[in-house]
Amino acid sequence: MNLALAPETMARWQFGITTVYHFLFVPLTISLAAVTAGLETAWVRTGKEKYLHATKFWGKLFLINIALGVVTGIVQEFQFGMNWSDYSRFVGDVFGAPLAFEALIAFFLESTFIGLWIFGWDKLPKKVHCACIWMVSTGTVLSSYFILAANSWMQHPVGYAVDGATGRARLTNVLAVLTQHTTLVQAWHTLSASFLTGAAFVVGIAAFHLRRARRSRSGPGMRTAVMRTSLRLGLVLAVVAGTATALSGDSLGQVMFEQQPMKMAAAEALWDTTAPAPFSVFAVGDVSRGRNDVAIEVPGVLSFLAHHDFTGSVPGINDTARQEAARFGGRPEDYVPGVFMTFWGFRLMIGFGMVSFAAGAAGLWLTRTRWRLDPRLRTAPDEVPRLALTRRRELGPRLTKWAWRTGTLTMGFPLIANSFGWIFTEMGRQPWAVYGLLKTRDAVSPGVSTTSAVISLSVFTLLYAALAIVEVRLLARYAKAGPQTDGATDPASGSTSDPASGPTPGGLVSGPASDTASGAARAFTY
Amino acid sequence: MQLHDLWFVLIAFLWTGYFFLEGFDFGIGVLTGLLARDPEERGVLLATIGPVWDGNEVWMLTAVGATFAAFPDWYATFCSGFYLPVLAVLVCLIVRGVALEYRHKREDERWRRTCDRCVFWTSLVCSALWGLIFANMVRGVPIGADKNVTGGLLDLLHPYALLGASATLCLFTLHGVLFAALKTKGVVRDRARAKVRPLANVTTVVVGTFLFWTQVHNGRQVYGLIVLGVAVLALVATVEQSATHHDGRAFALSATAVAATVAVLFLSLFPDVMPSSTNPAWSLTVAGSAASPYALKILTWVAAFMTPVVLAYQTWTYWVFRKRVG
Ligand code: HDD
Ligand code: HEM
Ligand code: HEM
Repeated sequence: MNLALAPETMARWQFGITTVYHFLFVPLTISLAAVTAGLETAWVRTGKEKYLHATKFWGKLFLINIALGVVTGIVQEFQFGMNWSDYSRFVGDVFGAPLAFEALIAFFLESTFIGLWIFGWDKLPKKVHCACIWMVSTGTVLSSYFILAANSWMQHPVGYAVDGATGRARLTNVLAVLTQHTTLVQAWHTLSASFLTGAAFVVGIAAFHLRRARRSRSGPGMRTAVMRTSLRLGLVLAVVAGTATALSGDSLGQVMFEQQPMKMAAAEALWDTTAPAPFSVFAVGDVSRGRNDVAIEVPGVLSFLAHHDFTGSVPGINDTARQEAARFGGRPEDYVPGVFMTFWGFRLMIGFGMVSFAAGAAGLWLTRTRWRLDPRLRTAPDEVPRLALTRRRELGPRLTKWAWRTGTLTMGFPLIANSFGWIFTEMGRQPWAVYGLLKTRDAVSPGVSTTSAVISLSVFTLLYAALAIVEVRLLARYAKAGPQTDGATDPASGSTSDPASGPTPGGLVSGPASDTASGAARAFTY
Repeated sequence: MQLHDLWFVLIAFLWTGYFFLEGFDFGIGVLTGLLARDPEERGVLLATIGPVWDGNEVWMLTAVGATFAAFPDWYATFCSGFYLPVLAVLVCLIVRGVALEYRHKREDERWRRTCDRCVFWTSLVCSALWGLIFANMVRGVPIGADKNVTGGLLDLLHPYALLGASATLCLFTLHGVLFAALKTKGVVRDRARAKVRPLANVTTVVVGTFLFWTQVHNGRQVYGLIVLGVAVLALVATVEQSATHHDGRAFALSATAVAATVAVLFLSLFPDVMPSSTNPAWSLTVAGSAASPYALKILTWVAAFMTPVVLAYQTWTYWVFRKRVG
């Protein structure tokens, strides 16, 4: 059969596309839920209006985002059975349990309380309302934990036995699956990466508004106060989450080295066993050819990543492939994953993610307020901060402009990093679907025709592309409009709120107040 | 009763919860095209499900997840065997969810009309698809010795399956009308109540015939007949209750009909989960496709602990949003 149309290839493309797409929304959902919850808590505790505005603003973006997270997640729930039915039969006993827990424990929590939060502004006491968004946030974290437990099991199967009669995996210890080291480290890494993603998003939008306020020389005001608070929150989050991501990524590297040496070797395009092994920042030539032509290498760093010791020996691709072939049968080259994607995926993940971390650290320094800052450069909490390089020196106007712009331009970087992280993790595991137990080519659905697979692949690709356009436009619209602080016309929805009564709580979702829709608006805020 | 039998019942329970809850969500979606005359009225109808539809949908996700965990073979054969119908369901749910959530996000006539159209069509098609899928599952599909379904999409489109599709469509629409009567006021409510009688009549005939056919061809338990009777009686009684302004009772009756319908289907399945139309020996059975006793035990503990909690907070949500809309 033509390899390009093999059912396995179709299934892989479909899984890759739909999952990576789902995971564009997931990290933002996880982080924005927590950010919104934190801001609402600040409002409940301090009563400061700027926190309410911030809650509503980020909450709105959160809702636009989660809508797509939810609908793309539904697809995931069916995917395993649709395209990977032999996989499902083989692992169902072990793998199904975390998925069922996820639905029962996390999805219900998320979906039910989000309805309460959206529509409950004027129905629930403040504190209860705030508790609802915390429930949503808890749901998102639990959900990621359970699914990562399932994914970690594929990377490193534990707590199972292969049944002699059926030849399938059978669960023997559920706690081992839920609490194995791989799961914990992976959850830690994914969650911190998610928060880094949200941080960059918040920073990017806040920087956009502050730059605009600066350019238009609008005086101090509530919007600026909201954005300044958000900026600060985002910057701190970027530094904290970025640090956590790097630390957990380091642990994950060691786990990977122990459990899947091939992935580590491929990530480095390290063909021959080397001691001490260098880390190649960059390699020229075709890394997948078996030799790297030119490479910029930092000596010893790979040994360090693998062993925390600069001189240890790291096995190369060729040796590892021979070992795996001896252990599982077949030819050595069957066990070499796509070195090109693995190598570059690893670098792009780290690169894109760490830019946001660095931007966060730089921003935090430039916008520091009291500490070692000349009084002349200090600004009030509702003014655009001045960017100070040293105690007395402000950045020049050019650089200032670019500093603000950088924040906005890099806001999507961690999203790219996330996608490459997954591409690296999953492709580096090939040819295995479940490491050491089940090969990907034995995992596909034998009963599904190529026609069906092609139909579904095309349908999802087209639908997802269309949805991406809708969602990005909507997000941009709301993000640009900014928080509705002054009772003026809301550029995103055209609604007005009564300046005397402050922000209208119902405005959060309904907002609309045109003549045709006022009934619906009333209906939603009743 | 062994654990796998219990899980068969639990999965039937989850589907009942799903068809009961999302049944009226779908019905409301269909009504936006059938009953509402302008965007404002559509807004009123959709406001009745706005806060709850997402939580309702999770019943299905849990049913599917539980099937994966408790009956891996059932899950695998179901999803791969009904590949294209399942794909269609997914497309409907995606478009519908996005339309419901984004409808209010822009003040633009055309945007809103597009969203409304999407909600209407996807609700309608999805209601019918579930009937189509379940009818095929109960009747049996060509499952081979390797547990995979052979045969194409056209094999799934036969009179019995089309009747099943009409049955769920009618049932959910009626359920939605009664929900609208319960949750709205003013002119929308009046119009909803006026629709009860004609809809209930059609639904009684269609659902009655479908269930009767099911019972005759696939019925394995006599009490299937009793449950069938309950469904039909409940459907007939909705008219009377609605006419006397007992909206709550009328809604409870259609809920009973939904539950009875699911019960008839699952009673006809047992002790199979997916009968094979090629060779009965190749049917997937409850015992044969179940997960290991240990996995089932763990699942049982978690379900025993979590189900009451979920039921409690979902009920609370309905309490918070108990007021009529309009
Ligand atoms: C913002 C995103 C982001 C950033 C900045 C990083 N990662 Fe990452 N990484 C992910 C996002 C991510 C991810 C998408 O979340 C993955 C995919 C699977 C997983 O658990 O997390 C991942 C996987 C992943 C794996 C594969 C684990 C496996 O296959 O079992 C390793 C070894 C690392 N990461 C290591 C690092 C290191 C050493 C980093 C930086 C110093 C780093 N990551 C930054
Ligand atoms: C391939 C495996 C996956 C499956 C089967 C899956 C399944 C789902 C489903 C069915 C939903 C919708 C739930 C609802 O209606 O509320 C969902 C949403 C969600 N999933 Fe996934 N998911 C997968 C991967 C992941 C991963 C890796 C994470 C996190 C690390 C994650 C975290 C979330 C979160 C936070 C949500 C909430 C809503 C949102 O995504 O915006 N999922 N997922
Ligand atoms: C938890 C359950 C998961 C299962 C059972 C699973 C399984 C698979 C399988 C069988 C493939 C095809 C192999 C291949 O194409 O290389 C694959 C590829 C992939 N998956 Fe996963 N995966 C899971 C979770 C995830 C998650 C949560 C993500 C990210 C959000 C993800 C991202 C990817 C990517 C990027 C590919 C690469 C596509 C490709 O190589 O063609 N996976 N996965």
